[in-house]
Amino acid sequence: MSLLVVDHVSVSYGRLKALRDASFAMGEGETLFITGPNGAGKSTLLKAIAGVVTPRQGEIMLAGHAIGGKSPEAIARMGFSMVPEGRHVFGTLSIEENLRLGTGMRTDKDAAERDLEQIYAIFPVLKERKDKPAGLLSGGQQQMLVIGRALMAAPRLIAIDEPSLGLAPKVIDDVYVALLKLRDTRGLTLLIVEQSATRAMMTGGRMILLRSGEVALEGDARELARSDALRNAYFGIEEH
Amino acid sequence: MTALLQVFFDALSLGSLYALGALGIALIFGVMRLVNFAHGDYIAFCVFAMLWPSIDAAAIVFLGNLPAWVLIPVILVLGAGISVLSEILVFRRFRNANPATMMIASFALGFVIKYFLLMLYSSRPKSIDLWSAVSLPLEIFGARIPLLQVITIAVTLVILLGLVLFLKHTRYGLEMRAAAENFTMARMLGIRANTVIMMAFALSGMLAAAVGLILATQSGTADIQMGANLMLVAFVATVVGGLGSLPGAVFAGFLIGGLSSLMQAYLPPDARPFRDAFVYGAVIFMLIWRPNGLFTQKSAKQRV
Repeated sequence: MSLLVVDHVSVSYGRLKALRDASFAMGEGETLFITGPNGAGKSTLLKAIAGVVTPRQGEIMLAGHAIGGKSPEAIARMGFSMVPEGRHVFGTLSIEENLRLGTGMRTDKDAAERDLEQIYAIFPVLKERKDKPAGLLSGGQQQMLVIGRALMAAPRLIAIDEPSLGLAPKVIDDVYVALLKLRDTRGLTLLIVEQSATRAMMTGGRMILLRSGEVALEGDARELARSDALRNAYFGIEEH
Repeated sequence: MTALLQVFFDALSLGSLYALGALGIALIFGVMRLVNFAHGDYIAFCVFAMLWPSIDAAAIVFLGNLPAWVLIPVILVLGAGISVLSEILVFRRFRNANPATMMIASFALGFVIKYFLLMLYSSRPKSIDLWSAVSLPLEIFGARIPLLQVITIAVTLVILLGLVLFLKHTRYGLEMRAAAENFTMARMLGIRANTVIMMAFALSGMLAAAVGLILATQSGTADIQMGANLMLVAFVATVVGGLGSLPGAVFAGFLIGGLSSLMQAYLPPDARPFRDAFVYGAVIFMLIWRPNGLFTQKSAKQRV
């Protein structure tokens, strides 16, 4: 059974159609990249899944339950963890408080403590500065913090919007290495919005290309990233 | 020396009231960007709840007859109750409205409460005699300080300490601080919006009740306008402190109270009636110097 089903979903902001009739599904343990040019509707798609915007049409199912129209907190409590674009750490809260915020809905407090230790093991810099305000971290460290915070919820599905935005290439490498390590040790299901096709190639998995709010292309990330089809679809060149 | 000590206690006790009022406003503003102008009317509501509804000039004491250890919790619960009720009945419908709309709604709600009290109690201020023993003076280093001032300051410190402990060391406190900083992100982490907002309203209402109890004891009168005047100063304090910043609201509350008391004591007698003009003049200069208030948190800014 698919963990996430997006079924003919459309989202509008006023008269602007940000997402048109988008459909795809992803299974447990899968890694799915969503790519596409600016304004293609990538962030809107994630926001619709997170319940921050309400779809005008279509249905989104998480683990077999319809989540259209549910509140963000209800969807989070169903096992969806979101890392939105721009990171959004709670700058005045300490690093550890940021991480603990993710655990509110968990009943397995012992497992949550083990997860905290595991996250500290993967991101030692977070442990070193755990009592400092999170706003003092660098951009890359903040990205690691929000990924860690999303993991603290023990989600079934974790969605990350543009993890490499505004980071130096070296830092992006670090973020991806950590992400892959987490995926492989914990069997995470990852939904990543990413502009860079090379990251998708490194990571593997499936890829969807959005253009003007529509699913333009879908396939294996490595194959697509290598082919001309992606570039053509990206720039809107029709194949002959 | 004794005069100085007297001014010091005046400043601290007036500042305490402003700080508690400002805190009540800042708590709500933090979680939902609402400047709740009905806050002052919660204060009046809590005071009038101690009297039996009647339009006679002579007040008939009702809840006010209860012993203090019952009366105080009852009034606190009443304050929390009216505050939470206004969230459920009014402000919840404006959750996604812009801040100006919410502010107007709070004005409207304030008028409803005010006229409700007016109808039940008439507009005449009534005398209310609460714990008259605490207005006896206390000798501290030769200065005669009303015991009530000392109690006001002590109560305020206890409330502030309790609030800090709640915010720093409980799960709800953590969630409230997170929601105040970035509400949408907090919800995406599974934090229930309604719970956090109702908690903020309950705390804010209890602060209004505490202010009401202190004001009623201090002035010995119940006046429908009593909360509104304080509310105005408290609102200015939250702006001076930096909207949304709780330490800022408390600090600015004490600052304005202090400034006001100092001017009352040391301005030439002819200028004293214009004390408020000087205080607000200082506020204007302060805001020109720091338009975002005194406490704008550096670490809250996003890094790229």
